[in-house]
Amino acid sequence: MKQSSRLFKIEQPAHRPINWGDIVVLVGVAVFVYAGVRLALDAPVVIKGPTISLSPGALPWYASLSIGRMVAAYALAMLFTLVYGSLAANNRRAEKILIPLLDVLQGIPIFSFLPVVLLGFSAILPGKMAAELASIVLIFTSQVWNLTFAWYQSLTTIPGELREASAVFRFNTWLRFKTLELPFAAISLIWNSMMSWAGGWFFLMAAETFTVGHRDFRLPGLGAYLQEAANQGNLQAIAWGIGALVLVIIILDQLVWRPLLAWADRFKIEMAGGENPPASWLYDALRSSRLIDWLIQATWHPARERLDAWLLRRFSLTGETARAKTIRPWPLYLVGTVGGLGLLYGAFRAGQMLLAVPLIQWGAIGIGVMATLLRVLAALVIALVWTVPLGVVIGSNPRLAAWLQPVVQITASVPATALFPIVLLVMLALPGGLNLSAVLLMLMGTQWYLLFNVIAGATAIPRDLKYTAALLQLSRWQRWRTLILPALFPYIITGAITASGGAWNASIVAEHTEFGGRTMATIGIGASIAQATARGDYPLLLAATLSMIITVVAINRLVWRRLYRLAEEKYRME
Amino acid sequence: MTTNSHLLALQHVSQVYTSGAKRFTAIQDVNLTLSEGEFAILLGPSGCGKSTLLRIIAGLQRPTEGQVLYRGLPLRGVNPRSTIVFQTFALFPWLTVLENVEVALKARGIPPKPRTARAFDLLDRVGLDGFETAYPRELSGGMRQKVGFARAMAVEPELLCLDEPFSALDVLSAEALRGELLELWSGGNIPTRAILMVTHNIEEAVFMADRIVVMDKDPGRVVTELRVGLPHPRQRKAPEFREMVDRVYATLAGQTQPEHVELGTAPGEPGRTRALPHIAINDLAGFLEHLAERPTHRADIYRLAEELHVDSDHLLRLTEAAELLGFATIARGDITMTPLGETFAEASILARKEIFASRIRQLPIFKWLLAMLQAAHRHQLEWDVVQTALELEFPPEEAQRQLETAINWGRYTELLAYDDSGQVFYLEPGGVSSPGSAIRQNGR
Repeated sequence: MKQSSRLFKIEQPAHRPINWGDIVVLVGVAVFVYAGVRLALDAPVVIKGPTISLSPGALPWYASLSIGRMVAAYALAMLFTLVYGSLAANNRRAEKILIPLLDVLQGIPIFSFLPVVLLGFSAILPGKMAAELASIVLIFTSQVWNLTFAWYQSLTTIPGELREASAVFRFNTWLRFKTLELPFAAISLIWNSMMSWAGGWFFLMAAETFTVGHRDFRLPGLGAYLQEAANQGNLQAIAWGIGALVLVIIILDQLVWRPLLAWADRFKIEMAGGENPPASWLYDALRSSRLIDWLIQATWHPARERLDAWLLRRFSLTGETARAKTIRPWPLYLVGTVGGLGLLYGAFRAGQMLLAVPLIQWGAIGIGVMATLLRVLAALVIALVWTVPLGVVIGSNPRLAAWLQPVVQITASVPATALFPIVLLVMLALPGGLNLSAVLLMLMGTQWYLLFNVIAGATAIPRDLKYTAALLQLSRWQRWRTLILPALFPYIITGAITASGGAWNASIVAEHTEFGGRTMATIGIGASIAQATARGDYPLLLAATLSMIITVVAINRLVWRRLYRLAEEKYRME
Repeated sequence: MTTNSHLLALQHVSQVYTSGAKRFTAIQDVNLTLSEGEFAILLGPSGCGKSTLLRIIAGLQRPTEGQVLYRGLPLRGVNPRSTIVFQTFALFPWLTVLENVEVALKARGIPPKPRTARAFDLLDRVGLDGFETAYPRELSGGMRQKVGFARAMAVEPELLCLDEPFSALDVLSAEALRGELLELWSGGNIPTRAILMVTHNIEEAVFMADRIVVMDKDPGRVVTELRVGLPHPRQRKAPEFREMVDRVYATLAGQTQPEHVELGTAPGEPGRTRALPHIAINDLAGFLEHLAERPTHRADIYRLAEELHVDSDHLLRLTEAAELLGFATIARGDITMTPLGETFAEASILARKEIFASRIRQLPIFKWLLAMLQAAHRHQLEWDVVQTALELEFPPEEAQRQLETAINWGRYTELLAYDDSGQVFYLEPGGVSSPGSAIRQNGR
C-alpha cells in the first residue's frame, strides 16, 4: 500500500513565485517550438502511414516494436538523468540554471509538442524514420523529468556522514557512484522508472496512432493495431489487441519490475528491518537456483572485480584533483553568451511569427483554452467524486484492499490512449459524443493517480485518531470533516497534480480525431493545435502550443503549488 | 620540542562563515598539537565547533584561516594517513559487514584475496567473527560501531579521529566499547600513533583521555587544556577521578557574572547578545525542584549529572538557563539556588508563569522583541522580519533556533504569541493564550 503512494508522487521543489529563470525557460521553449514550426514549413504535404494487419499472428511483432521504442526512449532517459542530475548536484553554478529549468520542463504538457516534433522531423528525415524518432523523443520527454529529479534529489539527500566516509576512505568517482550514489538512489529510481513506463505507454499509444489531415504519422505497433481494429469495428481484433497489451504490461511487471523491486529492497536506508518487503516469485526462484548462483560466482564476480580494478586505476584520486583545478569558467561563459544571443534572436523571430496571427484567432485560442480547462476540471471532479469514497473504503479495509489492489493495478496499467479508439466506437453514436469521449479519455488517464493516492492516504490515517473519532461519537459527516478529509488532503493534492497534468496532455488526442475515415473535432486548445497541424497554419500552431504551455505552467505555479505547500505544512501527519 | 616532532599541529586555525554582509566565527584561532602516543579529546558543549575542527584535521574541510601541519607538512585535501569513526557509524546499509570493511581496502586498490583475508582478520579482532554476512541493520548499535572501528583499522591510520563515537549507543554498549577501544589502543596491536576524539560527555573524556582540550562556544575556541595523569583502568568512583570531572564542569559551567555582563546586550546594539539556551521549561522546573530538595539548595554540578541521569551537555544548558534567569548562581563548579529560584520551585503553576515572565522581560533579546512588537503595526511582526533582524547577531540556523525558543518561552509566559499558519508574532492582548494555537515543532 505504501508503494502506490510512492509511485505517483511527483517531487515538488520549494515554493517560489514565477521568476526570471522561468521566463528564460519559457522563452527557450518558445524558440524551440518556433524552430520546429520553421522546419515544418518544409514538411511533406502527404505522409502515408503503414498498413496494419489485424491478424493476431502479427501481434507479437507489433508488441516487440512498441516495447523496442519504449526501451530506446528509456535508455536515453536514464543516460540523460545520470548526466544532468549529477551535474546539477555537484556543481553549484550549474545547479542554479539546471534545476529551475527542470522544474518548468516537468510541468509542460508534452503532448503539445507532438505535432511540432513530428512535422519538424518529417521535414528533415525520411517519413518512417521521422515518425519513429519523433515517437522516441516524445516518450523520452515524458519519462525523463521525474527520473532526473529523483536522481538529483537522491544525490543531494545522501547523509553527510556517508559522503564524508566515502571521502575519508578515498573512494574515487567510480567507487562512490557504485557504492554510495547508485545504491542510495536505487529504490527511488526504480519506482520512478515504473512511473515513467506507465506514462510512456500513454504517450506511445498516442504517438502510434497520430494522424492529421493528409499526414498519417502512425507507426506499426500495438497502438496502431488497436486503432485499426476500432476503425474497422472488428471486435475480435479489439479483444486480441487489448489482450496483447495487458499481457505485455503484466509480463513486464512480473519479469522486470517486481524482481527489481524485490532485489532493491536491500538498498533501504532505514536501519530497522521493515515489514512487508516487496516479493517476487521470479526473484526468489533465481536466488535459490544453484545454477544461477554458480554462473554469478563464475562470471559476474570476476568480471566485476576486473571492471572495478580498471576503473579505480583509470579514475585515480590524484588525477581527479588535478583535473578539477584545470577547469576554467570561461568556456561556460562563452557557451552562455552564444546561447543567450541565439535565444534572443529566436525569441525575436518567434515574436514576429506570433504577430502574424490575427486577433480573431487569438480569441479562438482563448476560448479553446477555457473549453479544455473546463473539461480538465470536469474530469478531475468526476474522478474525485468516485475515487475518494471508494479509496477510503479500500484503504480502511485491509482484506478488501488485498483482494482489490491487484485488480485495480492491472486495470490502471492499461494506457487510456490505447482504449480511446474503442471509446470512440461506442460514444460517437451519442449526442455530444466527442465532447463526452474527450472528458472520458481524460478521466481514464488520470483517475488512477487519485485512487491510488486516496487509498494510500486512507491507510495512513493513524488508528488512534480513528478510535478518538469513534469515542467522541462524531457523526459520519463530522468524522469526514475533522479526520478523513484533512488526513487525505495532501494525498489528494499530490494525486490531483499528476492527474491534471495527464488530462491536459490527453486533450491533444481527445479533442480532434480521425475515426473511420471521418475527421471530428470539438472546441478546445488540443483541437486548435491539431487543426493547425492539419491545415499547415504554422503561426497558429506556434501560438496555440505556446498558449497551452503557458496556461498549464501558470496553473501549476499559481494553484497547485500553493495547495501543495498548504498540504505539506498544515495537513501533514507525523 | 620543535614543530616537526608533532604528528599534527594546528596553527591559528579559524573557520568563518559569511551570511550576507555578516561574518560568524565558528572556530576562532585554534592552536593545537598532537604528539605520537597521545590520546587527546576535544571536549565542549554542542555548537562549539569541535566536530568542524575534527573535519578540518581530517582534511574534509579547509579552514578559512590558518593551517594544519601533518608531520610538519601542510595538509592538502583528505589526509590519507588518518580516518574517522563517525557518530552515526556511516556504514553502507546495502553492504554486508564484511563488504563494509572490504570496500575501504578496495578503494586502496588491494586485490580480492588479501583484501578478504584482512577484513576477516579485522572483524575477528573487534569480536565480530560470525557476523561477516550480516547487514548492518541486523546488528545492535554497539556492533555497528565495531564494524566502524574495524573499517577504520583496515586502512591502518596513523591518526584515528573519533567523532562522538559512543553518543548514539545505549549506556551499556557504550561502556563496553570504550573499554575495548582502550584495550586496542594500549595493547599496541594497531598501527595507530595517536587518537583524537570529539565528545561532549565530560565523564567519558576524563575516563579515556591523556589530555583534554576544553572548547567553549560563542565563538568556538579552546579555553583550556587539561592533562589527565590517572593510570588506566580508571575508577569512576575514585576521588581523583571525581575531582577531575569537577574541574572540567567548573571550567565549562563558568562563573556567574554581574547581571549586566550575564545578560549581554540587545540585538543590533554593540556588545555580545546572549543566546537563549535551548531548554524546555518543564526540564528547567524539574531541575530547580530537584535542587530545592537538597537541604542546602546547592550542589556540585557533576553530581547532578549522575543523580538526574542527563548527559553533561544537557545539564550545562540547564545550569546556564537557571543562571541566566537568576534562579541560581554558579561558582567553581557548584550551583546555588537564589531566593528567587527557591520561590519558583515552590510556587503554583500560575505563580511560576508570573515569575518566569518577570524574569524573561529582563533579557535583552526579549526586551528587544517585545519593543519591536509594541512599535509594529497592529502589534504584529512576520517571522521573516524578526529572523532577518536577528541574523545580525546569529547565523541563520541559530537565529531560527533562538526564535523557536523565544516562542516556546513567550507562549508559556503569555507574553507573546505566534500564529504558525500566518507565520506572525503578536503580543498577547489580554494575557490570555489562544487555546487553538499549535506548537511549532522545531522545524520537524
